Amino acid sequence: MPQVKFIEHDGTEHVIDASNGDSIMITAINNLVPGIDADCGGECSCATCHVIVDDAWISNVGEPSDNEDSMLDLNPDRQPNSRLSCQIEMTDDLDDIVVNLPEFQY
Amino acid sequence: MSAMVIVGGGHAAGQNAASLRQEGYDGEIIIIGDDTHIPYQRPPLSKQYLSGEHGLERVYLRPEKFYEERNIEIRLGVTVTEIHPDEHTVTTSSGDTVNYEKLLLATGSRPRILNAPRSDLPGIHYLRSVAHVGSIQAEMPQAKNVCIVGGGYIGLEVASVAVSAGHNVTVLEMEERILQRVTTPEMSAFYYELHSSYGVNIVTSTAVSGFTGEARVEQVLCGELSIPADLVIVGIGIIPNIELAEAAGLECDNGIIVDEYCRTSDPDIFAAGDNTNHPNPILNRRLRLESVPNAMEQARVAAANMLGGDKTYESIPWFWSDQYNLKLQMVGFSADGETQVIRGDKAANQFAVFYLHENKVVAVDAVNSPREFMVCKQLYGQSVDPEKLKDLDVDLKSLIE
Repeated sequence: MPQVKFIEHDGTEHVIDASNGDSIMITAINNLVPGIDADCGGECSCATCHVIVDDAWISNVGEPSDNEDSMLDLNPDRQPNSRLSCQIEMTDDLDDIVVNLPEFQY
Repeated sequence: MSAMVIVGGGHAAGQNAASLRQEGYDGEIIIIGDDTHIPYQRPPLSKQYLSGEHGLERVYLRPEKFYEERNIEIRLGVTVTEIHPDEHTVTTSSGDTVNYEKLLLATGSRPRILNAPRSDLPGIHYLRSVAHVGSIQAEMPQAKNVCIVGGGYIGLEVASVAVSAGHNVTVLEMEERILQRVTTPEMSAFYYELHSSYGVNIVTSTAVSGFTGEARVEQVLCGELSIPADLVIVGIGIIPNIELAEAAGLECDNGIIVDEYCRTSDPDIFAAGDNTNHPNPILNRRLRLESVPNAMEQARVAAANMLGGDKTYESIPWFWSDQYNLKLQMVGFSADGETQVIRGDKAANQFAVFYLHENKVVAVDAVNSPREFMVCKQLYGQSVDPEKLKDLDVDLKSLIE
C-alpha cells in the first residue's frame, strides 16, 4: 500500500496509506487532511485541491494536462511543481511521495 | 446523551459530518437521511454515472468505512418527520426520538413534478438520485426514442449522454429558448446549435399536455403535436425541502432563512445547501442557490459554528456543466451585467463571455476556457478595460491587480 506524506502550510505532517488507483485528492478527503476542498469531486473543474509536489517526486508525477495547467495558471500560489491532486493517481511507484499544501485554495 | 444531528443525506450532510470531525468534535454525530445510499455526488448522476463511465463507489463522497472509522452514524432510508425545538429532539419515520445538541437541516431539494394527464405511466422518470438513475439505466438500452422534458442543465446533460449512446433524442422546452432561466440568449443559442449538431431535436415554446401509452409511455403530447417516446426524463426544476423547517416554526421564504453563520431563526438549528435562503456579502443580496460548491461551503461554515465558532459564509457563486466534450464553468450571474465581452473563438467551441456592470466584472460563462473561469473568480467586482479583456494577446495575469 503506497503512502503519501501531506505537509500543511504550517508544517504539520500527515502520513496516509493510499489505495492504488485512488487520486491523491481522494486520499486526502478520505482521511480528513485539512487544506484540500475538492468541491467538484475530482473533475478538474474547481482547482480547490492544489498541491505542490516535492522536488524529488515531480519527475515521477509528470506534467499537468493543458486543461489542468490552465486551471492552475492564475493561482496566486502557483509554483513550478504545482498540480491538482485529483489528477494524480496513486501507484506503487509513488510510494512515499511528499506533497505540500498551499495556505489557501482558490 | 446529546448529539450533532444532521437531517438529509446529500453533499451538505456528508461534508458537515466530515467537517465536524475535522474541527475536532469527538461526540456523537448522527446523519438521518431518506436516501438509501451514503452521501454521494449528484453532478455525475446526469453525466458519467448515467453513461456508465463511473461506478457507484466513484460517486460516493467518501467510502462507507470513512463513517465507520470515525464513528459517524448514518441512518439510511429514514425520514425526519418532526422537529421539536423546545425539547431539542427530532422524531423519525421509524418511530424514534433523537436528542440533538445542534441540528443541521441539509434537506436539499426535490424534483418539481410535471402535472399532466398520465404522467404516472411507466417509462417517465425524474433524475435526482442514484435510484432514479438506476431506473433510467434499466430501460435506456431498449429505448429508441428518448424524450427529455425541460431544457435546463440536467435535461441537456442527459440529452448529451443519450444522443452519444445512439438514441433519438428530443428536448421539449416550455420557454422560448433552452436555459432561459439561467443564461443569456446568446449562450442559449450556442447550446441550441451544439445539441442540434449532434442530432438532438430541440422544440421550444412547447408545453407538455399529456402522455399516451398502454403498458408504458409511447407518446408525449404537446397540444396538437405528439412525439414518440419510449423513455421520458423530466427535468423541470427543483423545489427546496423546507416543509420540516416550516412546521417547526423556523422562518422560511423561498428556502430556510439563515444568517451569514448558516444559523436559522432558532440558534441551535443550522441549515446548508439548496434549501437555504442566505445572505451573500459579496453580491450584497440574499440568494437561494442550487449548487454543489454552495452546499459544501455552507456545510463547512455550519460545522464550525455548530461547535461555537464564528465563521461566516462569503463565496462567489460558481457552477459547472459538462455536455459532450465541452466544459462550461460559470461564475456569478450573467443577469447582473449589462455589457458582454467575448474572449476567444465561439466557432472553435473555446470562448468565454464576461459580463460587466459599470465596467466591473460580475460574471463569466467559460466554455473550454478554464483560465477565463479562474480569472473571473479573482477579478470579480473589479474594473477592467473591456478592450484588454477581449484581446487574446493580453495576458489575463496582467489584468489581476
